[in-house]
Amino acid sequence: MSGSLRHVYGWLLLTPAAILLIAFTHYPTVATLVESLFSRGSAIRPSKFIGAANYEAMLDDPVFWEVLGNNLWFALGTIPTSVALAIAMALLVNRALPGRGFLRLAYFTPTILPMIAVANIWLFFYSPDIGLLDNILGVFGLPGHNWLGDPDTVLGAIIVMTVWKEAGFFMIFYLAALQTLPPELEEAAKLEGASRWYYFRRVVFPLLMPTTLFVLVNAVLNSFKLVDHLFVLTKGGPDNASNLLLYYIYENAFSYFDANYAATLTVVLLVLLAIMALAQFFFLDRRIHYR
Amino acid sequence: MSGVEVRDLAKQWGGTRAVNGVSFTAHENTLTVLLGPSGCGKSTILRMIAGLENASEGVVLIGDKDVTRLDPSRRGVSMVFQSYALFPHLDVRENILFGLKVRRVGAAEQRERLDRAARMVGLEELLDRKPAQLSGGQRQRVALARTVVANQPVCLMDEPLSNLDAKLRAEMRDEVRRLQQNLHLTLIYVTHDQTEAMSMADQVVLLREGNIVQTGTPAELYERPANEFAARFLGTPPMNVLDVDRLDLPGERANGGHFLGIRPEKVVPTDTGFPVEVSAVDYMGAETVLRLSHGGATLMARLNGRSEAAPGDRLHVRWDPADVHWFDREGVRLEGT
Repeated sequence: MSGSLRHVYGWLLLTPAAILLIAFTHYPTVATLVESLFSRGSAIRPSKFIGAANYEAMLDDPVFWEVLGNNLWFALGTIPTSVALAIAMALLVNRALPGRGFLRLAYFTPTILPMIAVANIWLFFYSPDIGLLDNILGVFGLPGHNWLGDPDTVLGAIIVMTVWKEAGFFMIFYLAALQTLPPELEEAAKLEGASRWYYFRRVVFPLLMPTTLFVLVNAVLNSFKLVDHLFVLTKGGPDNASNLLLYYIYENAFSYFDANYAATLTVVLLVLLAIMALAQFFFLDRRIHYR
Repeated sequence: MSGVEVRDLAKQWGGTRAVNGVSFTAHENTLTVLLGPSGCGKSTILRMIAGLENASEGVVLIGDKDVTRLDPSRRGVSMVFQSYALFPHLDVRENILFGLKVRRVGAAEQRERLDRAARMVGLEELLDRKPAQLSGGQRQRVALARTVVANQPVCLMDEPLSNLDAKLRAEMRDEVRRLQQNLHLTLIYVTHDQTEAMSMADQVVLLREGNIVQTGTPAELYERPANEFAARFLGTPPMNVLDVDRLDLPGERANGGHFLGIRPEKVVPTDTGFPVEVSAVDYMGAETVLRLSHGGATLMARLNGRSEAAPGDRLHVRWDPADVHWFDREGVRLEGT
């Protein structure tokens, strides 16, 4: 095959994937960036270039700051808890214990369920007075509470549900990593008198770090991109107390029909995610032992 | 004070009995080899001595103290695993010091013991490397250094050399033996390699299917094998064991002898004697092994230097009746032979 023909051949092989990537990833990203620099158009006033005005408006938008703050708390509330739970569950079901297969399945079940279904289940849990939670509280003589209707508890309620949904998924990765650890390592540590905790801290946890990085990146992405449950549970309310960035973008684009402001927020979201993913890689990568 | 004694030790896994009531004593400051084919229970015995496996029956005594139910870390043993069990994320220094840190040994003593151990096994230059950056032999040395710093009177090794190439294995064999003697260790060493057992052991415990076949020095096992299995397991090539009823063999037949055993090096080609045909010639340099056949039976002869024999040649062999081992119908050695 001649040199030029090889090039043609190579490009032909790449084209189908390239078309899909450009059409659905690269072009929309650039288009979003461009859109964010234009004003909102209407029938009488066409959209025109306004530079960074949308970004200035965003900085003055109190809802944007509230939503961003909510998202930060949501991330802080879900990520460490779900990762810690995932490790704990993986350690538990990695041991030889009766009913291990059943327990693994039980832990993984929330992952299989669609978020919408999960939100509907938890909507019932959280319902004031008739819900499961209030029923349990009633047994102990405690008063019921409108968990999703109270701005002070709504974000917490959503965090708990998200942890329940996510921990099992992360557990699978930890379980797979644990099973690659040779059992002699634990035996060698045992002969030296290392406690379970010492062995976990000095050996297991460091050897799980590559998995932890992977899980953390996923958890951060999820904390910004999971919004399905908001549609079912709160629609961001009450008074934006449970509104998250992606849901706010959706509201702007499809409720207020301000696609340009939605584009502006989207650019901010993308930048935030990129910064966090890069920071995790550069910060953690140096401390990770890859086998 | 720190010998190891095992009494009627047994291990039951569900319906199968991996170790079937085994008793032996490894005296202080000696090297005992547990030898046997795979699946004979030798590793299980070692793990029961270490406490990594619970004994189903029987007793383990270390230094006259019953440790059968004692926690592994309190038995006074160190262990070298077949896979070395090095922590991949820790460098050589931290790997060696792991046990001392667990046991909260003072920093000055840690440094002292580390220096000594690194010097003894020749790792001084490699303390900052990770296990992945070491060769197989160097990893083995790290595992040995761990044993040195542990300062335990009893050391257990589970096929420690089986992942090394032949040349390195011979080198490490000497090293293990030297360490055992310098540190006055009671070393129990598991292997399926009879060369390791012959060259290192003070005492060999030969096992088969969870039972002890024979216990003794390498010379005792080689010169007076307790049965046909022991006779065939030790020595390369293994002892020739011939069914006398099916062959017309020269020489006296011992009372009740059913199988005749003769070491290949005792089989001598002559002009007259037992007629055989050469089926293969293995030239090894210092020696030549002839594979000989007579009817359906095969036997081997080991000759010094090079042999002129070629496959297809017909020759005669004989042996000194004093070198013959006799076994009865069940394969058990007949004494007085």
